[in-house]
Amino acid sequence: MRKTFKLQDLDCANCAAKMENGIRDIDGVKSATVSFMTQKLVLEADDTRFDAILEEAARVCRKIEPDCTIVR
Amino acid sequence: MNKKQKRTRNRIVVAIVLFVAVYAAVELLPLSTWLGSEAAALWLEFALFLVPYLIAGYDVLLRAAKNIGHGQVFDENFLMSVATVGAFALVLFPEGDPHMAEGAAVMLFYQVGELFQSYAVGKSRKSIADMMDIAPEFANVERDGELVQVDPFEVGVGEVIVVKPGERVPLDGVVASGASQLDTAALTGESIPRDVREGDEVISGCVNLTGLISVRATKPYGQSTVARILELVENAADKKARTENFITRFARYYTPAVVGIAVLLAVLPPLLFGQDWAEWVQRGLIFLVVSCPCALVISVPLSFFGGIGGASRVGILVKGSNYLETLAHVDTVVFDKTGTLTDGSFDVVAVHPHAGIDAERLLSLAAHAEAYSNHPIALSIKQAYSGPIDQQRIDEVQERGGHGVQARIDERTVLVGNDKLMRSCGVAFHDCELTGTILHVSMDGEYVGHIVIADVVKPDAAAAVSALKAAGVKKTVMLTGDRADVAAAVAAELGIDEYRAQLLPQDKVAAVEALLAGGDAGAGAAVGADTNADAGGQAAASGAAADATEARAQASAANARTQAAADGAASTAAAQAAAGRAAGTTPEAQAGAAGSAGRGKGKLAFVGDGINDAPVLTRADVGIAMGAMGSDAAIEAADVVLMDDKPSNIARAISIARKTMGIVWQNIVFALGVKLLVLALAAVGVANMWLAVFADVGVAVIAILNAMRAMNVKR
Repeated sequence: MRKTFKLQDLDCANCAAKMENGIRDIDGVKSATVSFMTQKLVLEADDTRFDAILEEAARVCRKIEPDCTIVR
Repeated sequence: MNKKQKRTRNRIVVAIVLFVAVYAAVELLPLSTWLGSEAAALWLEFALFLVPYLIAGYDVLLRAAKNIGHGQVFDENFLMSVATVGAFALVLFPEGDPHMAEGAAVMLFYQVGELFQSYAVGKSRKSIADMMDIAPEFANVERDGELVQVDPFEVGVGEVIVVKPGERVPLDGVVASGASQLDTAALTGESIPRDVREGDEVISGCVNLTGLISVRATKPYGQSTVARILELVENAADKKARTENFITRFARYYTPAVVGIAVLLAVLPPLLFGQDWAEWVQRGLIFLVVSCPCALVISVPLSFFGGIGGASRVGILVKGSNYLETLAHVDTVVFDKTGTLTDGSFDVVAVHPHAGIDAERLLSLAAHAEAYSNHPIALSIKQAYSGPIDQQRIDEVQERGGHGVQARIDERTVLVGNDKLMRSCGVAFHDCELTGTILHVSMDGEYVGHIVIADVVKPDAAAAVSALKAAGVKKTVMLTGDRADVAAAVAAELGIDEYRAQLLPQDKVAAVEALLAGGDAGAGAAVGADTNADAGGQAAASGAAADATEARAQASAANARTQAAADGAASTAAAQAAAGRAAGTTPEAQAGAAGSAGRGKGKLAFVGDGINDAPVLTRADVGIAMGAMGSDAAIEAADVVLMDDKPSNIARAISIARKTMGIVWQNIVFALGVKLLVLALAAVGVANMWLAVFADVGVAVIAILNAMRAMNVKR
């Protein structure tokens, strides 16, 4: 499954790059792109565990930029 | 400014006022005499400066603390905190100069820079979004006898929507009634309005200028042009360019490296050589401030985004930063002839009557003979003939497949067809000096003249080719299914270097692959074409030259298709490439091999009209589809979509790409250069904290402002 999410308060370009790397490392993620300019996350991951993976991705984002949240 | 930015701004203003007050107090008032000792005065100063410092930067400190908890050591909050806390901590070395004022000021300066940076990014995000503001907000639909405004999503296919002057066409459709002019500038960059009448197709996103029209929707909103364009541009930022990925990878090593050097710089000289601690710790702190990679990381995607946004404003849709990057490196442009360089419709270009007959009579004969045919050539003759067609005059029409047509008109036998027909009927005819499809006409066995039909070259095609040359494109190639002499004439007229003629659609992929693999070597098949193009004026290319080219073009196509035919006709390099394909070598491996064979980093662009050439669009380094308004297949297959069908926009797309890449590299060189310079100065003790903060946020702001230039594309 491939879905796009809005990232609210994504203010730091380097953080976006770090988030992208962090989310790619999550088990079950096929591909992930974080675009700083459009403030978007495109996540492609296993259908069965998608929600769990998204939860994990949200945790990664919080860890890197505490203000930033994934809008679902 | 949003709420968050306003709060930060207010905090910064308060902090600045306090900072100035404290600074004045410390400088002007005799604190040490009042308190009795130098040390006490120093600590009071420390406490006083701490107030504006904390007001300005408490969030930075908090975030830094939080992030250490998360294991994020090298983020900018942490680096700034260490640097400024370090500056305050130098109070512990009272023999050195106090640095509290500097610590507080640096935090203030940093916050001002961050605020400006966030404002600039927000602004450019918004201006790009505004630029793409072509989304219709509502559609007027008649429901229960009343005209109501509904969301375009809710309109079904077949429903009739009313578009008033000044409104945007919400869905793709066909005009059911009314006539008006449409402004397509937001979609195509074309400033001349388009006239539409009943029965004409209209495309969503255009603005209705003059009259009221009702439009029968032919597509749901989600599949309408406007929705597809918006989706395409929004997703463009997801496909990152190599430069962008390189910079983020670079940042991952840069920061730890600089921090490492900072620690060594602060610790080693005092430990090993007994140098002054305060001095070297200060130098280490400066390194920390400079170690933040933000200026680089922020300006590269911003430039690409700006370039993509600017291009979309003139009707050039680039589907990703990576394609913009490729486009900038294009040195070979391959055109499909029909529909790209030419209109794709046949036109009568000349009527040459034989002595004793006038042109109108010749056309009339041909038009009547072809009256019942729907062949494109017949249609073009009927279109050129202005008079009425009188069916009473026509009798005994006989189609002669591959030759032409025979008919009895006004009780006389008329033959209309090619030279084969004339020969087989024993009519003495003569050739034409023009290139194109020649239709000879005879009446009762006597030659009465011929009509020349050709695919008309677009008015700006020649200018487009020379603009490409001016933009530094080294080689232009034209692919066509047409005859070699027609191809040679068009290539010569437009100044195109090479052509491959008589290609079937599948041969075009092979031809592009040969060009991709070979560069110079792959052009083996085209050597003949080259000499032809050089011959220029005599490109009418009669006799042997044309035949040779034709033979070679055919040989190369066959060679690419089957590889069995890879005989002496084509160069060995091309044969190897074909063999490689047959053996299943990946395109990447081939490209790699080709690169070493001398193609360098020049990229190949293929330009087509999206009809029949989707595989070629996909195969080229960058596929450009033109005249793609409303053509789903083209939008799908291409990497770059030109909304209108002017070939001159190809050069424009390339120059926008080059400009954007220029800005990207300016930013990289500028930001890295300033940072390295400040690092070097700090290491030898010349730079101070102020310079370091400039190298961080100041450079970031300048880089952002530069990146925003990428958006400015002249209409």
